[in-house]
Amino acid sequence: MNEIQREIICIVCPTGCRINVSGDDPQALSITGSECKRGKEYALKEITDPRRTLITTVQLNHGRLRRLPVRTNVEIPKRSIFPCMEVVNRTEVEAPVEVGQVIISDILGTGADIVATRSMTRV
Amino acid sequence: MFDVAVVGAGVIGTLIARELSRYRLEVALLDRSNDVANGSTKANSGIIHAGYDAAPGSNKAKFNVLGNPLFDELCDHLDVQFNRIGSLAVAFSERERTTVEQLYERGKMNGVEGLRIIEREELQALEPNLNDTAVCALHAPQAGIIDPWEIAIAAAENAAENGVEVFLNFPVEDIDRRAGSFRIIAQDGEIGARCVINCAGVFADQIHGMVAAPSYEITPRKGQYFVLDKSAGDLVNHVIFQCPTEAGKGVLVTRSVHGNLLVGPDAQEIEDKENLSTTRDRLDFVRRSAGKISKEIPFNEVVRSFSGLRATPSTQDFVIEESKEARGFIDVAGIESPGLTAAPAIAHYIRDLLIEIRGGLEKKKDFNPLRRRVIRFMELPDERKNELIRKDPRYGRIICRCEHITEAAIVDAIHRKVGASTVDGVKKRVRPGMGRCQGGFCEPQVLKILARELNKSVTEIVKNERDSYILTGSTKCSGIGGQIHGDL
Amino acid sequence: MEIYDIVVIGGGPAGMAAAVAARQMGIEKILLIERDRELGGILQQCIHNGFGLHNFKEDLTGPEFSERYIQRIEELDIPCKLDTMGLSITKNREVVFVNSREGLKTVKARAIVLAMGCRERARGAVNIPGSRPAGVFTAGTAQRLINIEGYMVGKKIMMLGTGDIGLIMARRLTLEGSNVIAVLARKPYPGGLMRNVVQCLYDYDIPLMLQHTIVEILGKDRVRGVLVARTDENSLPIPGTEELYECDTLILSVGLIPENELSLSAGIELDRRTGGPIVNESRETRVPGIFACGNVVHVHDLVDFVVEESEMAGKGAARFVQRSVECADASIALLPGRGLKYVVPQRVTAANVEDGLDLFLRVNRVYGPSYIEVKDGRESIKKVKRPHMSPGEMERVRINRRNIEKMKGSDLIVEAVGVEG
Repeated sequence: MNEIQREIICIVCPTGCRINVSGDDPQALSITGSECKRGKEYALKEITDPRRTLITTVQLNHGRLRRLPVRTNVEIPKRSIFPCMEVVNRTEVEAPVEVGQVIISDILGTGADIVATRSMTRV
Repeated sequence: MFDVAVVGAGVIGTLIARELSRYRLEVALLDRSNDVANGSTKANSGIIHAGYDAAPGSNKAKFNVLGNPLFDELCDHLDVQFNRIGSLAVAFSERERTTVEQLYERGKMNGVEGLRIIEREELQALEPNLNDTAVCALHAPQAGIIDPWEIAIAAAENAAENGVEVFLNFPVEDIDRRAGSFRIIAQDGEIGARCVINCAGVFADQIHGMVAAPSYEITPRKGQYFVLDKSAGDLVNHVIFQCPTEAGKGVLVTRSVHGNLLVGPDAQEIEDKENLSTTRDRLDFVRRSAGKISKEIPFNEVVRSFSGLRATPSTQDFVIEESKEARGFIDVAGIESPGLTAAPAIAHYIRDLLIEIRGGLEKKKDFNPLRRRVIRFMELPDERKNELIRKDPRYGRIICRCEHITEAAIVDAIHRKVGASTVDGVKKRVRPGMGRCQGGFCEPQVLKILARELNKSVTEIVKNERDSYILTGSTKCSGIGGQIHGDL
Repeated sequence: MEIYDIVVIGGGPAGMAAAVAARQMGIEKILLIERDRELGGILQQCIHNGFGLHNFKEDLTGPEFSERYIQRIEELDIPCKLDTMGLSITKNREVVFVNSREGLKTVKARAIVLAMGCRERARGAVNIPGSRPAGVFTAGTAQRLINIEGYMVGKKIMMLGTGDIGLIMARRLTLEGSNVIAVLARKPYPGGLMRNVVQCLYDYDIPLMLQHTIVEILGKDRVRGVLVARTDENSLPIPGTEELYECDTLILSVGLIPENELSLSAGIELDRRTGGPIVNESRETRVPGIFACGNVVHVHDLVDFVVEESEMAGKGAARFVQRSVECADASIALLPGRGLKYVVPQRVTAANVEDGLDLFLRVNRVYGPSYIEVKDGRESIKKVKRPHMSPGEMERVRINRRNIEKMKGSDLIVEAVGVEG
C-alpha cells in the first residue's frame, strides 16, 4: 500500500477537527489532531474504507409522481456510488410502493439494498 | 396577399392592427419574437402622460394630448386595468420652480386642461413621503398608470378575434417592393401585403431601409428600473416626476397599477439594439437619483430590476408618415415617450391615413370591440367565487400564492387568441412570477399546466424566446459516469 | 359557520407535529389545511438523510420522516384538507381558505397554529445585474423540479450560496449527471454545516470558492455564463477582479424568508430580525389564541427542533382552548444583544414557565471559543461556553424558572462574547 498523508475534516460533531492521518502500514497509521475517540475512528474509516449513503430517485410508473425517492439502507463504498447510480437509473418501479420496500436487493454486491423512502399509491 | 401588414406587435402595432380590424381589410400582424409585447412595450414606466412635457407643435405633443382621454373607453373595452392617479412634477429647489412653471405654460400651449401648480403645504399633505426639499409641483390630474404589455396583449387578442392574422417568430429580413405591393420576407416564410405599417420599435430604421433610403435613425436608449414589493406600493399616491433635463424626464417613482412601487428609469445611449442587461452602476444611479424624490424608498424590498430600450429618433419627434419613396409604406417610428399615451391616437391617425390612401374603408358589421372579460377571481364577491368553482373546479386551485392566481385563470390565458405559450407569456397575462417569490413556488406548476394545455412535454416549454429552454431533459438520463473524489 | 377547536395552517413537519401534540392533549375538533396535494411540506423534496436523529434516534430522509408523521396523523384521525390554500385569517380567529371541492370557506377557530414555512430569496432580492435569461433557479425550486417532478435543470452549473440547501443540491445535480463547476460564498466561511461541505463538495471535487460572488449574468435566451468577482472584508465585490465562467445554469441558494402573508392579514406583529411573528414561551403570537411554529417563526436547521417547537405550539394552543393557562400579557422581553442576530421566544410570561425556558438563538458572525450570556440588567444569570458558533447553526440555552422569578428588571438580554486567546 502506498504512503498515506492526508488531512481529514471530521464531521462527527460541529467542532470539525482537522485530523492528520499518515503512515504506510494500514494497521499502524498515525492519527493526530482528533479531540475524541469517535473522531479517530471516523478518520481511520475515511482512509481505509470510506462509505456513504446513496440517496437518489428512481423512475416510477403509475404513481401520482414520476419519481420515487430511494436510499441505500446501509452505507456503501464511495467508489460504488456512480456505478450504483447507473443501475438505479436503469430501473423502473411500478406503483403501489410501501416505504421501506426493497427496490434493488444487494446492489452491485455491496450488501446494501435500495429501498423506497416513501409510500406511493397507484393511480 | 394581405391588405395591410403591421410589422411589430408592441403597443403601437397591436393597437393599429385592432383599429384596422374594424374594417373590411385583410390584416397581418408580424413580430420577430415568440410573443407579442416583447420589446420596449414590455419594459417601460407604464405611464399615461398628461402631455405638458412634449414640445408644442410636435407629433409627440399632438398625439399625447389626443391619446390620453382615449384610455378610459379603450381600457373598458379591452378589460385592462387603468388608474388615473394623477402626476406631480416636483421642484426640489426654488431654482427648479422655473422649470415647473415652464411645464405649466407648455401644458397650456399643448391644450392640457386642469393643470395646477401646488405649493409646499398642499404637496406635503398629498405626498407625506416626499423629501422636505420639495417646494412646489405641477399637478396633472389626468395622468395615469397601466401595465403597458397588458394593453398590447389585450389589443392583439381583440384584433385576432376580429380577423387579424398574427405571425410570431417572424423576423423580417427583407422587403421586396413591387408594383403596388410588398413581399415581406423572413427566414421561415414570407407574406405579401399592399400596405406595410412599420411599428418595429428600435429596429424601425432597419425596416425602413429595406424599402427606401434612410430618412431617420433610431438610437436605442436604455432605461433601468427597480420593482419593489407591494408593501412599498403606497409610498406615493401619484406618479412623481423630478424636473426634466435634456436627458429626459428623469428617474421617477410611482406605484404600478398592480400595487408595486416602480423606480426608474435612467437614460443611457447604447449601440447594441439587443442589449437589455441591467448594470450595477446604472442601477446605483437610479437609486441615488430616486433619493432626491424620497429618502423613504425601501430598497431592501426590491423584488427585481429590469431594463428597456427607448426607440429614440434622430428627428427628435415621432416619424408618422407615408414614405414618399415607397408608396404604401408607412413609418410609425421613433415612438419613445410619450409613445404609450399616444398609441390609441396614433392608431386613429393611421386609420385616417389608410382611408386617404385607399380612398375609403368599409366598416365590418360584426366587429366586436369588447375583449371577453378576464375573471379577476380574488376581486369577486364570495358567492360569485363559489359559483365559478362549482362550474370549473380549477378556480378553486390557487397556483400563484403571492398574487392568488387560480389554475383556471392560467388555463384561460393559454387558450385565448394570441394566448400564452411560454412561462413569461403566462406571467405577462396573469401575473404568476411577478410576486414576492418571483416564481419560486409557482413556476414548476405553471410549466406543467402549459405542457398539459398545449399538449407538449414539460421539457419543451420555454421561458420567452424559442431558445430559452428551462429544463434540459428528464432525470435518469444516460451518460453519468461521474467521478467521486478519492477513488482508490 | 363551522367552529373548530384548533385550525393548523400548513401540513409540513411543523403543522403535523403541532396537530399531533394538540390531539394528544385531548383536543377534539382539529383541522389541518395544506396547499400541496399531500402532507409533508418541504420534507417531501428533501430526499437526503440527516432527519430525525433526535426525534426518532434514526437517520432518516425527509420523506421517511414525513411519512412517520403522516402515519400519526392518520392514526389519530386528524382531518386534513389537501390542495387547499389559506387565504386570510383575522384577529377573531376566522380562517378563509379555498379548494376546488368546497370552494371558498370561512371557519372559526378557538385557536390557530400558523405553520406556513418559508420561501427562498430570489435573484431580485440579491440584485445580480445582467440579462434575464432562462436557467436561473433558486435551489429549492431546482430541488422540486429534480426530485419531485423528475426533470434536469441544466448541464453546467454555477452555484451562489453555500447554505445547506445549496450544498445538498450541488451533490444532487452531480449525481444526476450535471457538471457543477463551482459553489461560491461571499463570506470567508461556508454557510452550511461542515458535514455537508465534505459530503457534497469535497467528495465530488466540486470547487468551493470562498469570498467570491456573482456580479453579472450573461446570456440572451439561456444563461451562457456568469462573471465572478472576489469579495472584500464587507462581502462586497472588488472591482477589477471579474472573471468569466461559462455555464448554462445559475443556482441561487441565498437565504430563506419566513412566509408571513397570512400572519400579516391578521395584524400579527413580526420581529424584523427573524422575519417571523413575535412569540412567547408557548409560541403564541401577540394576537391571543394565534400560535406559530417552525420555519414561519424563524428559519431552522434541524427538523427535530421544528418538531420540538411545534409541540410547544400545539400544546399551547390546546391549553388556550381548554382555558387552563393564564392569558396574561407576556411581560418579559428577551432581547438579542451583542453578537446575536435574534433570539426566540421574544417574550415570556414568568408564571407560565414550568421548570425552565429554552432560548433558541443565532449569532451574527462566526465565533471561536466563546460564551453565550443571559443578563438581567448588569447581572449575569446564565453563562454557557461554546467551542465554536456560526450564524448557520442555531444555538440553544436553557434558563431556570428560578432565574426568571428572581428577575429585577423587565428584560433579559442575550449576548455572545468571544474568548480572547
